[in-house]
Amino acid sequence: MIHFDTDPGDGLGAVPAADTTIDSVDTATACDGAAPITPEWPLYEVFVRGKRGLNHVHVGSLHAADSRMALRHARDVYTRRNEGISVWVVRSVDIVASSPAEKDPFFAPSGDKVYRHPTFYAIPDNVPHM
Amino acid sequence: MNDHDSAYTELVDADTHDQWAFGTSFDDPLAGVDTTLADGIDGADLAMYCLMLADDALISAQRLAQWCTNAPELEEEVALANIGLDLLGQARLLLARGAAADPTIVPTLPDGSPVPAEDALAFFRDEPFFRCVRLVELANGDFAHSIARLLVFSTYRLAGLERLRESRDPVLAAVAGKGVKELTYHRDYAARWFVTLANGTGESRRRIERAIASIWPFVDELFVPNPVEQRLVAVGAAVDSSTLRSEFDSVVEQVLGASGLPLPTERAAALVAGKSGRDGIHTEALSYLLAEMQSVARAHPCGKW
Repeated sequence: MIHFDTDPGDGLGAVPAADTTIDSVDTATACDGAAPITPEWPLYEVFVRGKRGLNHVHVGSLHAADSRMALRHARDVYTRRNEGISVWVVRSVDIVASSPAEKDPFFAPSGDKVYRHPTFYAIPDNVPHM
Repeated sequence: MNDHDSAYTELVDADTHDQWAFGTSFDDPLAGVDTTLADGIDGADLAMYCLMLADDALISAQRLAQWCTNAPELEEEVALANIGLDLLGQARLLLARGAAADPTIVPTLPDGSPVPAEDALAFFRDEPFFRCVRLVELANGDFAHSIARLLVFSTYRLAGLERLRESRDPVLAAVAGKGVKELTYHRDYAARWFVTLANGTGESRRRIERAIASIWPFVDELFVPNPVEQRLVAVGAAVDSSTLRSEFDSVVEQVLGASGLPLPTERAAALVAGKSGRDGIHTEALSYLLAEMQSVARAHPCGKW
């Protein structure tokens, strides 16, 4: 059961009082009627694509109650300086990342295989476009 | 070695500094706009109309700025600050236009003061000369109060600016064009938060109900026809506020419907001898706001910033 301080001195009332007890910690949103309410908004990673770029670039993270709010927050926080034209938001828990401990088996073997890079090969003169 | 050798040179433009992270292609929406007064438009009327629109935005921006360091979440703080800055930008352009249309409205400052006209209008004008509606000067309450007020204000202003894009005054039309893009987001932000608060917890619903009830008495004043406005509407320069009520009602009813709240029934706030904000009659909240907003500039009328 969530208990709210009915007369909080801060006048905000958006965040439950400190002595709240929660049934279970779950990252589901507060707007979904069936989900339990949590005192923390889930974390989202934000990716922005610039006008001159082809790919979305990671710019940071923020908190939001659900994915539509996360998009609005990303627009507010990460597009202030005319950075881009497209925004993606992904829940941080959905991102699967390689761990630093696996750095050597993951990345070192490609270090000496220069023949995999297209500029390694000389293009013959009579091949016009490659 | 020609460029076809590397598939990557077309992607990476190493000569320019237009990295996406620093933003590119800033443009001024008012560049190249003809600033001469179109014929048939009275300068004094246009200036008064610009003050009405500008003061709404200026005072709203000041109230939103008061959320800095107080907002419930970091992202909401940036969002409210952004909304305030958008409105402040509109206010500045409108005040500058008003000063250009009728320079006699600008308060006189000591000789040698470097203060531009729009700053003089914002910081050195006394309360009876402000033409904002009383809705925007109400003191901030809780977050729900600000959301309810922002919903009402941005719906009203967006409806007006959408129509003002066809104004015969080119600067007003350009400011309206820029403002419509900003206000679309403000209205969306306020409506989403309104619905979120109404459908959230019992506490948030209680607060948003209380908020819209306390805002409602100041809604009718937004749509009262005004003689200055009517004269400008006749020459095609302004928008008749009374024609905005139906769009306002339909948008607000949609939001209230999504929130499951009934239309508020509070009666309109009383006028003072038939006058209110547009005539320079304000609540006492404005005098405190102006005292805080103007005190530093008034202390240094010849100061450079």
